[in-house]
Amino acid sequence: MLETMLLFCDCFLIMSDKTIDIDYVAKLARIELTDEERVKYSAQLEQILDYFKKLSAVDVEGVEPSAHAHSIYNVWREDVPTAGMSIDDALLNAPAKRENQIVVPKVVDDA
Amino acid sequence: MSEEIFYKSVSELDAMLDAKQISASELATAYIERTKAVDDKVGAFLSYDESSTMASAKASDERRSKGEKLSALDGIPVGLKDVIAVRGQKLTCASKMLENYVSPYTGTAARKLQEAGAVFWGRLNMDEFAMGSSCENSAFVKTRNPWDLERIPGGSSGGSAAAVAAGECVVSLGSDTGGSIRQPASLCGIVGVKPTYGLVSRFGLAAFASSLDQIGPFARNITDASILLKTIAGYDNLDSTSININIPDYSAGLRKDSLKGKTLGVPKEYFGEGVDAEVRKSVEDAIALCKSLGAEVKEISLPHTDLAIPVYYIIATAEASSNLARYDGVRYTHRSKDADDVLSLYFKSRAEGFGEEVKRRIILGSYVLSSGYYDAYYLRAQKVRTLIRKDFEDAFQSVDAIITPTSPTTAFKIGEKTDDPLAMYLSDICTINVNLAGLPGISLPCGFTQAGLPIGVQLIGKAFGEAELLSMAYAYEQEAGLFNKHPNL
Repeated sequence: MLETMLLFCDCFLIMSDKTIDIDYVAKLARIELTDEERVKYSAQLEQILDYFKKLSAVDVEGVEPSAHAHSIYNVWREDVPTAGMSIDDALLNAPAKRENQIVVPKVVDDA
Repeated sequence: MSEEIFYKSVSELDAMLDAKQISASELATAYIERTKAVDDKVGAFLSYDESSTMASAKASDERRSKGEKLSALDGIPVGLKDVIAVRGQKLTCASKMLENYVSPYTGTAARKLQEAGAVFWGRLNMDEFAMGSSCENSAFVKTRNPWDLERIPGGSSGGSAAAVAAGECVVSLGSDTGGSIRQPASLCGIVGVKPTYGLVSRFGLAAFASSLDQIGPFARNITDASILLKTIAGYDNLDSTSININIPDYSAGLRKDSLKGKTLGVPKEYFGEGVDAEVRKSVEDAIALCKSLGAEVKEISLPHTDLAIPVYYIIATAEASSNLARYDGVRYTHRSKDADDVLSLYFKSRAEGFGEEVKRRIILGSYVLSSGYYDAYYLRAQKVRTLIRKDFEDAFQSVDAIITPTSPTTAFKIGEKTDDPLAMYLSDICTINVNLAGLPGISLPCGFTQAGLPIGVQLIGKAFGEAELLSMAYAYEQEAGLFNKHPNL
């Protein structure tokens, strides 16, 4: 079934056919990939994106995008302070903490 | 304890507790022992906390002895998918990223269950961050289908389905983003309900794709599922997408004659190529049975059905890439020991913490949202989503519910589809449209294959039409009488 679908999709190569730049996308995703993963994901993503090309054949002229299943707008609450999470709870799972704060590697270079 | 007790319904156990034939503590002990006896085979549980379960059961006994029962669920062992937050309990999402995470707060659905007196039993296995259709993406455990231990239980809520099917808890909660409740319910021969988007608060549900995710019940019959759904449903100001409507007493409204005079739509697109012959036959028999119960059956068309997979995998991965950005190694997750600056802390912690499928989806989501591709993929998918919703709106002008297979196949073998992500994605073909349209869907057993594997039928209803939909499912269930079949373990 899949093969027929993919053949069908090939008729609609409207979207960019550029090869996926896996290093650039992994950088956006903040994930370090091994060489093996780079090769595997590139091939699999090409295949999946190829399948997505199905959508380029659909006429969406004048169609509103749906961000949600139901239309909900502007959900507000009264601007009054409410109790938040305690410091102990907030730091419960911190991988490194000191003086009620989370410790991270230094972010500012030495002058 | 005889095996019979493990397959009693909520109402039966409630009556036994009321009549003091059993105590909640004895019931909890029985389920703990049952789990220890069979879960080596089934692998539904990621973790459990016996002492907190026994403490909850004892508190329930005290309430019941004073005549202060909170609800029919008071004292009933309920399992939770390991994606639902309960203060002081582990919440791993079956990911190394959250291997040691303990929830500092309780989510709304879990809180409502606590307020109803339910006794939590176990954190149930799933595909990592709910991404998968077989439970094979769990970083920790392989869950097996209780009907055939060589096969997958479905996913992503595979542990929640397997535990209920195997009698390791009475009912359970799962979450459904593209079929993650209904597909495993179908493959494990039980009932699973994906509520209308907005019916159940998502507060305290670790987010995968926020515009699609819903928490819902697993049970061995429609009545139990109705009791559980009524308990967890309702408006919550901690979830801005929850909808403020009156929640009817679903179980009180179940009627054996509720299919009479109803029109069921049979969408031809759901019975095409790719649907197993045995599945097709069984669902067609279910449709015939509904007809014999007074339903009118009508062929309909949902013309954009075949676009659902690309639309879903664009929208869901885009939302996931954004939602899972929070797992950065800084505040509450796994942190790499090899990082020497903040940027490498992100890259290495995420590389070490996430499993293969999660990385694949985050990267795919980042790609479809990236500059130059956003319009072609994400925006276009959102527009096609509108067309898919409209298909259903049009269909519901002339039908009361839509009936389809839940899954095109029965449970497949462990390892069969792990190397082909696209083939795995296609196993969601009958369920994902319902999430895209935000509608309620129920999977319930409709038969077995020659080899003895369960088959499920799906009923899709109008938005917030759960009461009517559950009642129709009940009418079918009572006539089909499949709820007394259980796996041999």
